[in-house]
Amino acid sequence: MIAYIIRRLLATIPVMLLVAVIVFLLVHLAPGDPASVIAGDNATSDQIAAIRATLGLDRPLWEQFAIWIWRVLQGDLGQSLFWNRGVAELILQRAEPTVSLAITTLIFAVSIAIGLGVLAAWKAGSGIDRSVMGLAVAGFSVPVFVVGYLLVYLFAIELRWLPVQGYRPIAQGFWPWLERLILPSVALGLAYLALIARITRTTMLEILSEDYIRTAQAKGVATRPMLFRHALKNAAVPIVTVVGIGVALLISGVVITETVFNIPGIGRLVVDAITRRDYPIIQGVMLVFSAIYVLVNLAVDLSYTLFDPRVRY
Amino acid sequence: MTETAPILEVLDLRTHFFTQDGVTRAVDGVSFSLAPGETLGIVGESGCGKSVTALSILRLLPPKLSRIVGGRVVFEGTDLLTLHEPAMREIRGNRIAMIFQEPMTSLNPVLTIGEQIAEAVRIHQGASRKEALARAVEMLKLVRIPDAERRVGDYPHQFSGGMRQRVMIAMALSCNPKLLLADEPTTALDVTVQKQILRLMLELKERIGSAVILITHDLGVIAETAKRVVVMYAGRVVEQAEVTALFDAPLHPYTRGLMASIPRLKHNRTRRLAEIPGIVPDLRTPIPGCAFAPRCPLATDRCREAAPSLDDHGGGHFAACWEAGRA
Ligand SMILES: Nc1ncnc2c1ncn2[C@@H]1O[C@H](COP(=O)(O)OP(=O)(O)O)[C@@H](O)[C@H]1O
Ligand code: SF4
Ligand SMILES: [Mg+2]
Repeated sequence: MIAYIIRRLLATIPVMLLVAVIVFLLVHLAPGDPASVIAGDNATSDQIAAIRATLGLDRPLWEQFAIWIWRVLQGDLGQSLFWNRGVAELILQRAEPTVSLAITTLIFAVSIAIGLGVLAAWKAGSGIDRSVMGLAVAGFSVPVFVVGYLLVYLFAIELRWLPVQGYRPIAQGFWPWLERLILPSVALGLAYLALIARITRTTMLEILSEDYIRTAQAKGVATRPMLFRHALKNAAVPIVTVVGIGVALLISGVVITETVFNIPGIGRLVVDAITRRDYPIIQGVMLVFSAIYVLVNLAVDLSYTLFDPRVRY
Repeated sequence: MTETAPILEVLDLRTHFFTQDGVTRAVDGVSFSLAPGETLGIVGESGCGKSVTALSILRLLPPKLSRIVGGRVVFEGTDLLTLHEPAMREIRGNRIAMIFQEPMTSLNPVLTIGEQIAEAVRIHQGASRKEALARAVEMLKLVRIPDAERRVGDYPHQFSGGMRQRVMIAMALSCNPKLLLADEPTTALDVTVQKQILRLMLELKERIGSAVILITHDLGVIAETAKRVVVMYAGRVVEQAEVTALFDAPLHPYTRGLMASIPRLKHNRTRRLAEIPGIVPDLRTPIPGCAFAPRCPLATDRCREAAPSLDDHGGGHFAACWEAGRA
């Protein structure tokens, strides 16, 4: 097990390096120049060139990459070009809202998706099944910002049940924290929910026709334990796999969600960084997100041993 | 037949499957009865409705595909077909238990053997988790799983096919059922362990005092185990008799065909000596005459036009054949 974890972590090193190269190239080859942003509208080209030189942006691209990656390998994500702050420090400062949003979204999406998927599989072919699957298709195809604005309009502006936008740290109370996360979580989690509900239904449908389900029924097991104790545990591996893969949806959606709901998290940090071409921040955040994705999926693979006694590492 | 009231009476049972390409009359008017403690054999080729008969008794058929369209299943005086689902659940695994054909797929791969045996005990006897687990160990010892205390925590994949079928037997008998439905319990097993498992099942059944319906496609198994036998073909009973009477003087040509195909283990391990030529008919189109006619060496025009009824040919030996008993 430990050996397996170490092997898997080592295997992620080339992947992360590749990610680093791609991220770096994307950021540096995209049009735009941080020096002219810093210098302002009335700056002369000499002034801009001077700023470029201080930032090291006049050096060849490979050299800039080498410097950056060398620091990253030592655990240093670099300095922001605009704030006199380290990138890691900036990310940590903005982490609480984003982590909060991720957790509430995960809990909301996974619990509802599994409930709906199990229900749809159990009632396969019925009206309930068709509406759940219709909802899943809709949830997957409507963009986050559309869902976000619709939710805000309905629940915040019309019904006034929930705040329109913003974030409160959990230190200021659980409910103020949660109430501002409900709508963003729904907006962000809907596509994720749809994905998990669908895999849950498909897998459960297959498992419900297995011989051991009939054995359970022949023992007199009632519907609920039949579904959740006998069937769902067998469906866990594919479901958890999709939960892990789907984290990519959350990562890409978090930027838009934080913008729509004005949440001062990492997503907003990166949006601001992009408009200013603050290269180290963009690179740092993308690297951190990639690492989270890789680690989540490693955790998912390890979790198989909890659900299936036949899996051994 | 014994004098006591039957523990189970199946009367004109009809179970149909509704699929896209028509209605399959999988069980089409089956009747038989069973005295307490008796072992009744049901034989017939694959696809003739044996499993569907057993599953109909416990009402375990896929509800979207199939329906019991007629008949009665009277168990201890109650027609099971009239019971509500919760009442039916109290019978399943408690008063009536079932053992399935496929030991490799019939146990849940993610629950321990102990949990799976203990479950029925917890459900039906209100036992605590600990008591139920103790009962599971006891049952594993009863089916002669060595080192039962330790193996109770194992998962199915750690057991061989024969061991899994022992576990299935332990599970089925854990609540001392009055009736055990054994649907080809040894068919999927190695020839070498088939006999052991069968003997174990019958020994424990004797100890507990359960009646058994033993389903098989092998008349050889019936000869050694059952007292009475029901022969099924195409969803119907074609012959029913005491085992000795059946083997002494089979009345139905289909039964005679099955007897000719009993594998002679002494001479040849697996090869059947003579399969009945032809195939089991498609049950989607109603058959006007005798369903066996296309394969029957004695078939006449009458056989093809009208179905023979199941008549008593003396001493409780029933057969559904116009030419019953003709050599
Ligand atoms: N799940 C099913 N869907 C459709 N038809 C079925 C199903 N199960 C059984 N049948 C039909 O019922 C007939 C009897 O099947 P079964 O009772 O399993 O035979 P066996 O005597 O081999 O146990 C089959 O020939 C098949 O046509
Ligand atoms: S009724 Fe006719 S076809 Fe059917 S088994 Fe008897 S002899 Fe053969
Ligand atoms: Mg069968």
